Amino acid sequence: MKDDTIHLPLAAVGPATERPISIAIVAMGGQGGGVLTDWIVKLAEDQNWVAQSTSVPGVAQRTGATIYYVEMMPPLDGRKPILAQMPTPGDVDVVIASEFMEAGRSILRGIVTPKRTTLIASNHRSLSVTEKIAPGEGIADNSAVTGAIGVVAKREIVFNMEELAVRNGSVISSAMFGALAASGALPFAREAYLDIIRKSGKGVEGSIRTFEAAMRHVEPDDTEGGPAATELPAQAAPSSEMAAASPPNLGPSAPIETPAESSFDGDPRLKPLLARIQSLPVEARAMADAGLRKVVDYQDVAYGAEYLDLLDGLARDDAAAGGGAHAFAFTTNAAKYLANAMCYDDVIRVADLKTRMQRRDRIEKDMGLRDGQVMQTTEFMHPRMEEVNGLLPAGLGRWIEARPKLFAWLDKRVSKGRRVKTYSLPWFAALYIMGGMRFLRRRSLRHQGEVAHRDQWLATAQRLLNQNYALAVEVLQFQRLVKGYSDTHARGMSKFDKVMSTVTLLETRDDAADWARRLRDAAVKDGSEKQLDGTIATIRTFV
Amino acid sequence: MAERSFAREVEDLRLGDGEEFRGEGILAITKALLQSGVSYVGGYQGSPISHLMDVLADAKDVLDELGVNFQSSANEATAAAMLSASVMYPLRGAVAWKSTVGTNVASDALANLASGGVTGGAMVIVGEDYGEGSSIMQERTHAFAMKSQMWLLDPRPDHTCIVDMIEKGFQLSEASNTPVMLEVRVRSCHMHGSFIAKDNVKPSFTLQDALNNPKRDLSRIVLPPAAYVQEQEKIKVRMPAAIDFIHEHKLNEYFGPQENAKTGIVIQGGMYNNVIRALQYLGLSDAYGTLKLPIYCMNVTYPVIDTEVAEFCRGKDAVLMVEEGQPEYLEQAINTVLRRRDINTKVAGKDVLPMGGDYTAQVLMEGIQAFLEQHDPMILGNRPPVPDARPVLDLPEVKRLRDVVPPRPPGLCTGCPERPIFASMKLVEEELGEHHVSADIGCHLFSILPPFNIGATTMGFGLGPASTSAFNVKGAKKSIAIMGDGGFWHNGLTSGIGNAVFNKHDGVFIIVDNFYSSATGGQDIPSSRAWNKNRQTNNSITKAVEGIGVNWVRQIDRTYDVTKMRDTLREALTSTEEGPKVIVASSECMLNKQRRVKPLVNKAIKGGERVVKERYGVDEDVCTGDHACMRLSGCPSLSVKVLDDPLRDDPVAAIDNTCVACGNCGEVAEAAVLCPSFFRADVIHNPTKWDQFKAKWTMKVITYLQRRRAGRRVQVAVA
Repeated sequence: MKDDTIHLPLAAVGPATERPISIAIVAMGGQGGGVLTDWIVKLAEDQNWVAQSTSVPGVAQRTGATIYYVEMMPPLDGRKPILAQMPTPGDVDVVIASEFMEAGRSILRGIVTPKRTTLIASNHRSLSVTEKIAPGEGIADNSAVTGAIGVVAKREIVFNMEELAVRNGSVISSAMFGALAASGALPFAREAYLDIIRKSGKGVEGSIRTFEAAMRHVEPDDTEGGPAATELPAQAAPSSEMAAASPPNLGPSAPIETPAESSFDGDPRLKPLLARIQSLPVEARAMADAGLRKVVDYQDVAYGAEYLDLLDGLARDDAAAGGGAHAFAFTTNAAKYLANAMCYDDVIRVADLKTRMQRRDRIEKDMGLRDGQVMQTTEFMHPRMEEVNGLLPAGLGRWIEARPKLFAWLDKRVSKGRRVKTYSLPWFAALYIMGGMRFLRRRSLRHQGEVAHRDQWLATAQRLLNQNYALAVEVLQFQRLVKGYSDTHARGMSKFDKVMSTVTLLETRDDAADWARRLRDAAVKDGSEKQLDGTIATIRTFV
Repeated sequence: MAERSFAREVEDLRLGDGEEFRGEGILAITKALLQSGVSYVGGYQGSPISHLMDVLADAKDVLDELGVNFQSSANEATAAAMLSASVMYPLRGAVAWKSTVGTNVASDALANLASGGVTGGAMVIVGEDYGEGSSIMQERTHAFAMKSQMWLLDPRPDHTCIVDMIEKGFQLSEASNTPVMLEVRVRSCHMHGSFIAKDNVKPSFTLQDALNNPKRDLSRIVLPPAAYVQEQEKIKVRMPAAIDFIHEHKLNEYFGPQENAKTGIVIQGGMYNNVIRALQYLGLSDAYGTLKLPIYCMNVTYPVIDTEVAEFCRGKDAVLMVEEGQPEYLEQAINTVLRRRDINTKVAGKDVLPMGGDYTAQVLMEGIQAFLEQHDPMILGNRPPVPDARPVLDLPEVKRLRDVVPPRPPGLCTGCPERPIFASMKLVEEELGEHHVSADIGCHLFSILPPFNIGATTMGFGLGPASTSAFNVKGAKKSIAIMGDGGFWHNGLTSGIGNAVFNKHDGVFIIVDNFYSSATGGQDIPSSRAWNKNRQTNNSITKAVEGIGVNWVRQIDRTYDVTKMRDTLREALTSTEEGPKVIVASSECMLNKQRRVKPLVNKAIKGGERVVKERYGVDEDVCTGDHACMRLSGCPSLSVKVLDDPLRDDPVAAIDNTCVACGNCGEVAEAAVLCPSFFRADVIHNPTKWDQFKAKWTMKVITYLQRRRAGRRVQVAVA
């Protein structure tokens, strides 16, 4: 129990003037916080301690953040301790967080303090709605929580308890119970914990397996030398990596893997193209390699050559503009965003992806399909005349476009929600044929539009390159805003046009690149575009 | 069928004399009612009192044995009016609800009840939803007790004390012919603790006895001139009787050394535990409540027992009144007591403690410390170090966290049938522009929060439609009101729909029907579709709406049909027909449905039956990471994941295995023309021979085609 006991000069009280052991469980509704609380209470009661738990289910029960609080203490000469109903900042012995940002929230509540608190936290993430609705990257930065835990917790036990529980066929509360047992924060034997689980009556086997796995994780056997209690949540923390996606510097906008030249697996048709990559600046090669593979996979080898032709030109401009001093950020970003621009999303691509072998394999794995079970998938598709018309040869497409009545008549026939049973023969055949229509693509109306967009975008970037290197890189990254199909695509294009036209207004300013980055960030973070429009309004006040 | 079953816990209600009860506060309260010999109980669900209603519903057998009549009241006014059974007859009864909202609804009946007075003990259990985690406006029940003159019990958060106060409360009610309120705060309701039980008591005078021997007494009815007499009786007879009883039976408690203290603390009973903790931090108590200064604990906060207060204060330099919330009724009352007797003890209270907000141990510690520093600094002695999190919160690492940790608002559950309703509203909003939307209380209130951001006001349970009534004007956009099935039966049928019919309100009224009172834990209500052996369910909302005079009614039986939902909404908003346009959007609460269906499905699979299990998925290479689907959903099982692809910046949508295949995401993607990345996977468990045969041959052809194309394609994958 606590060592900073307050000894009162009161008679007959003796050494029991300590405070009870206090445990706060921070969880989200439906995460089993209630079950864990009950277990802890029973654990204490079974040792003839007095335990009290409180909680506020209220509205927080539906996925909101909530807190359960337990206090426990042995009785003294038949007198029960008087136990508080909520945690006091700076005076909590154990905080158990069932999710990593909730661990962060508990720190902000002041209930994790260096002198006192053992923090037991699962470092998996359950994203909050505000993180999900950003039209791009909006995930909170895990490293901030890791950093704070490092300075505020007396002791930390942090690992992916969710994953451990699932792996052992149980739920996270069992893993947290195991971590609590292993922490030694409560003066109870391991057997006492197991007793509680056995008496719980539901899913006992999985719970015990998970409990023991969690214990082993925290206290690895000396002989085995297992993993340490605390792992950096690097793998579970995409956001810390993603922080580089929106860099204030000129770095490429995603982590780069080691160049792949050594691992070439030998499709002879690809080899000459891959060789061409070697003429690019070394910094850009890995991205160009990934880009090239994507483009070839999307269309064909000739399209890959086209990609490299364009990229070569951009790299030459980059070198001429002194790109070496910027680690050839322009070429690297061009390698990435040009590939994305060339692989626009159309009906052919969707049909192709949906009919691939790997796709079915992936779904079967996701669904945990077992032998003797049969699986079918149904796609929710809503093609419109725009998509169909885009596929037609440019001349014909434009001819139809010029006749709104005809277009509307056709749209009526085409545009409707369609439930497509992927793995029934007629639908698969239809998708298969559509996915094989790549030969139509480069003569299509859609392709013409995409090429025009691409050329204009690259021309702007190239024009700016000599004038303001950083700005030119930012302009390349604007391509990130164009994504998706149908309405989503239209919305992305409109955002792209907005930022592009705004940037040209201020291209002569020294801080133009900063503004460009702000515009892009605003467009990526806010679905309503209010933030973007606000930034544009601000810019218009000074240009 | 309620969200939580208390089938096991209700067995504890049978515990007999001397046995130890261990469990949740709300169960202890139920047990106390049975030990008090109640004849009838009623109430309306709502946190923190929902579980009490669930326990009573599950305790049918125990209640039957004791002859106790349990009613799921239509609303709190109904429940309060039910107490009139105790007016003429020596019947004990109790009702319960969430306060202050429920007390607001009940106050008309309560005022009438209190004026006429009672013969049998009548008790209102109020779940005081005040402080952190509360879901309602921050007000106190205290004012209601004072204005209607009902005695207000506020027991210490200790099962033994709460149970004792319930038993004594009935006696007090009978001794003073006055209804009594017993206030329990949220944390006490959900608090795990123990007490020593007594035998349950079967009422000696039964409801049947009352019906067989009806009685009436004009002086108990609130009619002039009896009403004037009742006021005098309250003041001259009932109040003194209550004060005598409270004093004589020592309902209020004294703790710590009462002699020769310079200072003392007067507290509301409910504050006791946190006050002790605060005193512990200051070195003035141990964990078992051995105190260095005296406490007067008011387990009855109305009426104030003047003599007890005066006695406690006399001879002290100062007392501190610990009273949560505003206004400071008790502090004022104590000052009056002391002034009338010319006792010059100083009264501190809201000068050192905050006027509003939760009285946590931390807040109390600071207040008590400030009080003692001013009036009795010696007692604080050498100040022990008190817990202080401020240095930690000032660390740069923690400050940085402040900007990182995202808010986590409550939202609709996975598969909630209300989600597609709001997705449809968003789609219509894109076409027709924003509308004024009056929201209501219930799960659908979460539509106010991200991602939907729909709804401008909420005025009370079932009052969504009524709160658009000012917007009954021609020519402008139509107003939209939302109301749940719970609110509809609570009062919305008359206050909202009936009102709109009568006033020819040309607005749109959406009634969200999910077959239960879902937000409070899935209790049955009149339109519930489940069969309930004790209640008549399956009463149609649509019929009720038509019956009250609505001509334009659309019943939607599958809210997940986003296209239909959107089209109906558009039709309502653009209709030129006169009068209210009512849309009844019905689909079963998914939480309840899963609880009902899941065991059946698992059993069927185990039993070898052919079962199709559905789940949704996202093709990650088709998804481009725009998240438009999330902005129209907010489903907990629909999340994002980061791909291991250097070419991709933005995380893509992903559906985890908590998906219940409601279909909302697919329907939304289709209706909003988003993208074709959503799919539904149907897995047939225990397929028939024909299933297997068909799948085998189909997949043979498909695999052939896939191989053929894969062979021709340039292999780009890195080995």
